[in-house]
Amino acid sequence: MTPLLQVEGVAKFYGARVGCTDVSFDLYPGEVMGIVGESGSGKSTLLNCLAGHLTPDAGAVRFDTKTDGLRDTVTMREPERRMLGRTDWAFVHQHARDGLRMNVSAGGNVGERLMAVGARHYGSIRDTATDWLGRVEINADRIDDRPTAFSGGMQQRLQIARNLVTGPRLVFMDEPTGGLDVSVQARLLDLLRGLVREMGLSAIIVTHDLAVVRLLADRLMVMKDGHVVETGLTDQVLDDPQHAYTQLLVSSVLQV
Amino acid sequence: MIQVENLSKSFTLHNQGGTVIPVMEGAAFDVAAGECVGLIGASGAGKSTLMRMLYGNYLAASGHIRIGGVDVATAEPREILGLRRETLGYVSQFLRVVPRVSTLDVVAEPLLRTGHALDAAQARARDLLARLNIPERLWGLSPTTFSGGEQQRVNIARGFAYDYPALLLDEPTASLDATNREVVLTLIEDAKARGAAIVGIFHDEAARDRVCDRVIDAAAFTPRSSA
Repeated sequence: MTPLLQVEGVAKFYGARVGCTDVSFDLYPGEVMGIVGESGSGKSTLLNCLAGHLTPDAGAVRFDTKTDGLRDTVTMREPERRMLGRTDWAFVHQHARDGLRMNVSAGGNVGERLMAVGARHYGSIRDTATDWLGRVEINADRIDDRPTAFSGGMQQRLQIARNLVTGPRLVFMDEPTGGLDVSVQARLLDLLRGLVREMGLSAIIVTHDLAVVRLLADRLMVMKDGHVVETGLTDQVLDDPQHAYTQLLVSSVLQV
Repeated sequence: MIQVENLSKSFTLHNQGGTVIPVMEGAAFDVAAGECVGLIGASGAGKSTLMRMLYGNYLAASGHIRIGGVDVATAEPREILGLRRETLGYVSQFLRVVPRVSTLDVVAEPLLRTGHALDAAQARARDLLARLNIPERLWGLSPTTFSGGEQQRVNIARGFAYDYPALLLDEPTASLDATNREVVLTLIEDAKARGAAIVGIFHDEAARDRVCDRVIDAAAFTPRSSA
């Protein structure tokens, strides 16, 4: 089986400081990988390198494109990379307002991404948008409201609908449940898990919440100071951590 | 079906002075299809550690664990995930589920993951929940709010929903009343009859005597230095 994403020796430096370095892994179709680590460990830098938002200083990020097989997205021409970003990839930001157009209606937010890949029929765009709002549990009668009138949890769900409407194959998520209260988090986790299974998505989720990765991720990568210190099956890394830092991380979680 | 060879394990506590605790050495045994093996030994002998290593939950320090063509001790995460989906089931003592997912869906999930149709999966889930005496009015609710015994039975229903060729059972009859205990023992006997290889921990001696073909004392694998 061809990996969907093949990452080899990716590094990003901010001047003399290490953003992330020497990161390699393969992600296969249908796999969900979590990246955990404390603030400043380089996990968001890495995610942005993988998603083409930052240009890595070294390494290759190969994506299994529909037409040409594995292609290095780092050396790919900008228009091609942008096309991937609109079609096969999705990026869910921690702050929904970074991923949404706040002065466009909810339906418009979902429809815009459809139009970016060529949808033109207003009626069918609106029907698809309505369907997706339903799937992320937003009432159809809110379709013409702007996200500014939505709660934080609703905004996050709208961002997910906007991202998944074009049927991406790989979803990047940066702290998707950060800043939401726990009941809203649970609902979002349930929703994400269902969508990942139904659509056969692969996903890379950056978070510092170990409970979130336990429920969502098959595999885990632990980062510290820009380096990957441990990888493995999620439950194995959490239940039998090998590296000193992972042991500290796991034992520092407060019990409810 | 399950072959364990020269398996060892130690824990290194980096944040507690780098203490190394050897917990297992030279573990070796086979479990054939249709056979149920009980792990015995006092608390701390390493029964649960061994079970978790078989499931790939704990990392082996050395040795091999061959289950259905996969060496769990050295396999990639992707291979272990495939093994857990298709071949190896585990009924643990704790139910861990996403909040809000209904009990029926929790039980049907292993079948859906292996490509069974939704209605067939739900029919099987309903049958198991009914056999395990979970009241029908609870099926639509998330098991997170259930009592300990109910959660245990949901866990068992989930573990037996799909016909895994190999099964690990961690105290499947603990905290169950006589009726439900009988149901679980029948499920285990049925699984053996269809050819499943089973490794189980049973503190309930009568249950162990009834379903286990033989027992293995985990204390035999405890390193001398720590014993």
